[in-house]
Amino acid sequence: MKKLFILCLSFLFLTSCSSSVTPVDSGLEDQVFHFGNGSEPQGIDPHIVTGVPEHHILISLCEGLTIPNAFGDGNLPGAAQSWTVSDDGREYIFNLRNNGMWSNGDSVTAEDFVWSWKRILTASLGSQYPDMLYYLEGAYEYHNGLTDNFDDVGVKAVDKFTLKINLKAPTPFFLGLLSHYSTWPVHKETVLKHGSIDDRNGQWTRPGNFVCNGPFNLKSWELNNKIVVEKNPMYWDATVVRLNQIHFYPVSNVMTEDRMFRAGQLHVTSTLPSQKCPIYIEEKNPDLRIDPYMGQYFYRLNTENPALKDTKVRKALAYAIDKKLLVEKVTKCGQIPAYSFTPPGSNGYQPDTTIPFDPELAKQLLTDAGYSDENPFPKLEILFNTNEDHRKIALAVQQMWQQNLGIEVELVNQDWKVYLSREMVGDFQVSRAGWIGDYEDPNTFLDLMRPNRGNNKTGWEDFEYDSLIETANKTTDQEQRYELLKQAERILIDNMPVIPLYTYVRSYQLSSDVKGYNPHILDHHHPKFIYLERE
Amino acid sequence: MAIPVLLAVASLTFFLVKLAPGGPFDADKAVSPQVLKNLNEAYNLNATEWEQYVDYMSGIIQGDFGPSFRFPGRSVSEMIATGLPITFELAFYSILIALLIGVSSGVLAALKRNTYLDFIPMAIAMIGICVPTFLMGPLLVLIFGINLELLPVSGWGQLPGDKLLPSITLGFAYAAYIARLSRGGMLEVLNQDFIRTARSKGLSERNVVIKHAMQGGLIPVVSFLGPAIAGLLAGSFVVETIFQIPGLGRFYVEAAFNRDYTMILGTTIFFSAMIVFFNLLSDLAAMWLNPRSRDV
Repeated sequence: MKKLFILCLSFLFLTSCSSSVTPVDSGLEDQVFHFGNGSEPQGIDPHIVTGVPEHHILISLCEGLTIPNAFGDGNLPGAAQSWTVSDDGREYIFNLRNNGMWSNGDSVTAEDFVWSWKRILTASLGSQYPDMLYYLEGAYEYHNGLTDNFDDVGVKAVDKFTLKINLKAPTPFFLGLLSHYSTWPVHKETVLKHGSIDDRNGQWTRPGNFVCNGPFNLKSWELNNKIVVEKNPMYWDATVVRLNQIHFYPVSNVMTEDRMFRAGQLHVTSTLPSQKCPIYIEEKNPDLRIDPYMGQYFYRLNTENPALKDTKVRKALAYAIDKKLLVEKVTKCGQIPAYSFTPPGSNGYQPDTTIPFDPELAKQLLTDAGYSDENPFPKLEILFNTNEDHRKIALAVQQMWQQNLGIEVELVNQDWKVYLSREMVGDFQVSRAGWIGDYEDPNTFLDLMRPNRGNNKTGWEDFEYDSLIETANKTTDQEQRYELLKQAERILIDNMPVIPLYTYVRSYQLSSDVKGYNPHILDHHHPKFIYLERE
Repeated sequence: MAIPVLLAVASLTFFLVKLAPGGPFDADKAVSPQVLKNLNEAYNLNATEWEQYVDYMSGIIQGDFGPSFRFPGRSVSEMIATGLPITFELAFYSILIALLIGVSSGVLAALKRNTYLDFIPMAIAMIGICVPTFLMGPLLVLIFGINLELLPVSGWGQLPGDKLLPSITLGFAYAAYIARLSRGGMLEVLNQDFIRTARSKGLSERNVVIKHAMQGGLIPVVSFLGPAIAGLLAGSFVVETIFQIPGLGRFYVEAAFNRDYTMILGTTIFFSAMIVFFNLLSDLAAMWLNPRSRDV
């Protein structure tokens, strides 16, 4: 027994001789990219999963008709080498590459896309992103059981390499939608070999089974440990791909991830501990990256709550918040104060709304709404999910409202699922929210606040707003379209069902060895452009 | 007794998890009622609670814990089987370290009562009890991983030496308890008549301590080991998170946050079984060590 005890301990200590070559060092030689990926992905079936970590992995494994442009705005050809759009903007013809191949050597055909889109629109699959394809003729009807004939849906294989898409209306951001993984193809034969078209639990996504058409292949997947992908020699642009492998680490603890980066175990982190960001900025940390990001942090106001029904009250609350102070003293990581609901500059769109910080006007608005010392404003609750950063912001807003409007504010933090459930049933007054664009267009934000949208959650409905967006999305002229969207956004900000606080930035650490990892407003980094090189 | 206990735990957990607000498919991007209906259909959540309960219980009797709601394509049994060996290994190394440090310092403190060799280990033990693992872990990483660059800061079995810091972090807290229990147990035994008899017979101090005193003096430690091992298995979440270890503890806690009903149930039942088993084991070991209990 004693010998066994000593043997075990000796084994533990003997395996403890650390080598001085870190994964980042060895990765440089072998072109192995070590990637901090936030959390364990739900899976890698592009039609089932949702989330950013899943996207990072899928972008290396599969490819849609277009890919994000690593060097600027818009999209580059992906599985489609070219496309044409009809004059009325409703018909797209995609010409697929005749050298496009699945990782098992089969050709990527137009029929593959038709079948894949049929899959995502199959209601029993339970995909959470079918609305990405609702812009197609008949797609909504097919998904919601109004028709069971997929021929009614506007996607057809004209021939082996020609895909025709018919939209309900001109949708100027349609190409942008195609860079979202829910529109990417899956290999029909592989999916059906391991289950049916609507099988959520099919085993086709396991290493050894997985077949897709991206620049990398799935090599191994150790749950909660790492996912390894290796270069796919069948990829049509394989000569451009310089990385041999990418190792994705699901590091959910930001402090652990920070330590892993500092110890040379990661080339890139998924994020940064918020308390460290100002320190790294002050230290001029050369690995710190703060990139623009198409995301907005805002407060939802429940317009059905008696205290918040009056627009004057909602405006008073908005005008009493000093957003500049918020980003300079609280968030402190390069965030930009928000004066519009859409992040400025999304695909060239510049909103023209303003939300002044004017405590006097705010106080006057509250008085106009009928509140005074004799009739004080009732106590207000700010709901947020348990998180230190959200708490700090809520504390600052609480302080500003108390100081500028004399309103008593209570902070209510809840576990993530409880918070979501309360938001969903409207059991809140003010709740913190964030939204990251799904595609590069202001519509990804403005669409949220249309009536009957599940993510509106404020109870606010304005049919002029809805009609302006509807008209804008049928307009092919970009300038005219943006003018309509600006009009809609002015209505939104004038009614203030949401208080935009700041525009997100992507803050993370990146080793100087990594090249080709360019800033991208949607944080899409196509791995075929990334390589490792030490200067 | 174990089977009814586990069935009661399973039944209670089944209904308690359903009481928690929020569901497995609630997300930041709200899903449409149609999609939610489809998802509920896919996981049998549209059935009545009673039907779901009967369905689940008949499944677990056949060893089927169902599919994970959070990770499509993964079964709960598969996920437990993936994380368990790692959590077991971590617990095993930690308990070895805890025993080595705890028993030796506890025995030494008892033998050198009221000297520095008593005060210093016991003071360290008190620190070990007071310092939580979420502080101890990062502190050790900072010193040995980042400043001295001697050991990796995270991982399990990927880099040489990556098992040492997590095992020490987890083991240290238990070492502290074991040290105090050993000291107490040894002090009690060292004052017994049979120890005086052994000494008067001319046995060496080493033999007196190892062969006679430790057998009785360490009974509190043995009784503590059962719940301690169960606690190590179920409570390794913090260390697993700090050191990025793919063990079962992370699945357990994250399942609760994600309302992954089947995963919560599966891990709860499994950990309950572990607690029952290790408690039984430690009771048997304590009985074997203590002749008086054996007679009873």
